[in-house]
Amino acid sequence: MGFSRYSIFSVIAEALRGHSGWGPAWRDAIPAPKYDVVSVGGGGHGLAAAYYLARHHAVGRIAVVEKGWIGGGNVGRNTTIVRSNYMLPGNAPFYEWSMKLWEGLEQDINYNAMVSQRGVLNLCHTDAQRDAYARRGNSMRLHGIDSELLDLAAVKKMVPYLDYKNARFPIQGGLLQKRGGTVRHDAVAWGYARAADRLGVDIIQNCEVTGIRQQAGRVLGVETTRGFIGAGKVGLACAGHSSQVAAMAGLRLPIESHALQAFVTEGLQPLIDNVITFGAGHFYISQSDKGGLVFGGDIDGYNSYAQRGNLPTIEDVCEGGMALMPMLGRQRLLRHWGGIMDMSMDGSPIIDKTPVQGLYLNAGWCYGGFKATPASGWCFAHLLARDEPHEVAAAYRLDRFAAGYVIDEKGVGAQPNLH
Amino acid sequence: MRINCPYCGERGSEEFAYHGDATVTRPRDGGAGPNAAWIDYVYLRENPSGLHRELWYHASGCQSWLVVTRDLRTHAIARVELARSVALARMEPS
Ligand SMILES: Cc1cc2nc3c(=O)[nH]c(=O)nc-3n(C[C@H](O)[C@H](O)[C@H](O)COP(=O)(O)OP(=O)(O)OC[C@H]3O[C@@H](n4cnc5c(N)ncnc54)[C@H](O)[C@@H]3O)c2cc1C
Ligand SMILES: [Zn+2]
Repeated sequence: MGFSRYSIFSVIAEALRGHSGWGPAWRDAIPAPKYDVVSVGGGGHGLAAAYYLARHHAVGRIAVVEKGWIGGGNVGRNTTIVRSNYMLPGNAPFYEWSMKLWEGLEQDINYNAMVSQRGVLNLCHTDAQRDAYARRGNSMRLHGIDSELLDLAAVKKMVPYLDYKNARFPIQGGLLQKRGGTVRHDAVAWGYARAADRLGVDIIQNCEVTGIRQQAGRVLGVETTRGFIGAGKVGLACAGHSSQVAAMAGLRLPIESHALQAFVTEGLQPLIDNVITFGAGHFYISQSDKGGLVFGGDIDGYNSYAQRGNLPTIEDVCEGGMALMPMLGRQRLLRHWGGIMDMSMDGSPIIDKTPVQGLYLNAGWCYGGFKATPASGWCFAHLLARDEPHEVAAAYRLDRFAAGYVIDEKGVGAQPNLH
Repeated sequence: MRINCPYCGERGSEEFAYHGDATVTRPRDGGAGPNAAWIDYVYLRENPSGLHRELWYHASGCQSWLVVTRDLRTHAIARVELARSVALARMEPS
């Protein structure tokens, strides 16, 4: 039997007995015939929802059904950046709530998720961009979110190693959110899984949902590769595969699936203390605690379920990096990979009921859903338990496209590959 | 990924711009008809995990619009047609 609580004492005790006593972090559950709530998708969002349901709402028996293994989806593929530098009213309070939950997460779930508020710096390269950042920063402050507009001297002092002589993309300043940073992504999945398991949630891996059984417009449960599982309520949190799973219930979503790539170099001495983004293209970089430089850029730009991208995007990402930080040219890439994300038509997510009674949808997280994990789980749990939206997620309605209330942070219209 | 343009031959995908699902059709009612058709056209997508017919524009080439049929699981391209031919065929009474 493993320790029920992780602490300095359990670490010392285990060190003394050669780490022979750590038990599995969660049970490998066998599906029961019926649950009160089934969360489909064991990514960050599905696990967080199950945890907060068990923790804060009395809904009975809960299961998370995952087709692969915990941490194998986007939750373990992202570049780990968390921030709440959003501008629009529907978004800002939600992402700030997520940031607040990150700040207390490790104590709450008793798991070291390496939450590191190292600051996120968005660089600007033109006057217009500085104006836009000033506006965004002011909007954030009006929502009670920290933000600071830095001039060139302040940026130089903070990150002296950038290319300040670049005539084409001169760095003029930046918008800094000090409370932003990084969180070890797979620890988030494992930590929520363990915490949910300890509250009695069944975590069922290697179990793919293949159908949604309904009767007279009401959900009865899910067909899976491990048999039928009855459910009072079903919450879908399938990230890049939302369209497929929703189609099992006859729904057509405002979503396209796209691939995003990420990259990591060989380990280096400490070099980059913060998260830095290049504003003249799309490039962002940070350094993992192991020393690798973790970076990424734009999505590949066309529908894909291949979980791998193509070379033109790799070239584009690396060009962005070289324009910002020429010393990157000397680094060797260790790995690169891709993940499939559900790009929504306005670039914002959906947390809502569906026309099928008892079926709920959590989708459309695009390339920014990792930072949303705690608040998404929190608000999805609220919706599943009470049948009404949580106030910070009230704008994430499925019918907002039809009603004209889109939340288009970038202002590019119904073109998912541009968000 | 390389796309075989009917005019230019096989070219790298970076020469093309992507415009998404080619199977949705713009309602011809000028806005007079029910909203549902417009919502479907502007926002809702099949997003299949398999063959997908999609619009690509040969921006850095001949500037034709193409309808490419591609397997979204492998990126393998099954077919490339001129969007103009596809549109004309669609208008023909069947
Ligand atoms: C390369 C990359 C970099 C990113 N960087 C960032 C970043 O820096 N910051 C940020 O905020 N966001 C980032 N994101 C986005 C973020 O990772 C996602 O938005 C978020 O993880 C999605 O939620 P999730 O964790 O629940 O998804 P997932 O972990 O993908 O969970 C969904 C799960 O559903 C399961 N599933 C699907 N279909 C079925 C089925 N039929 N039956 C059962 N289970 C099913 C899948 O197997 C999967 O495990 C990035 C994404 C990628 C790909
Ligand atoms: Zn051409």
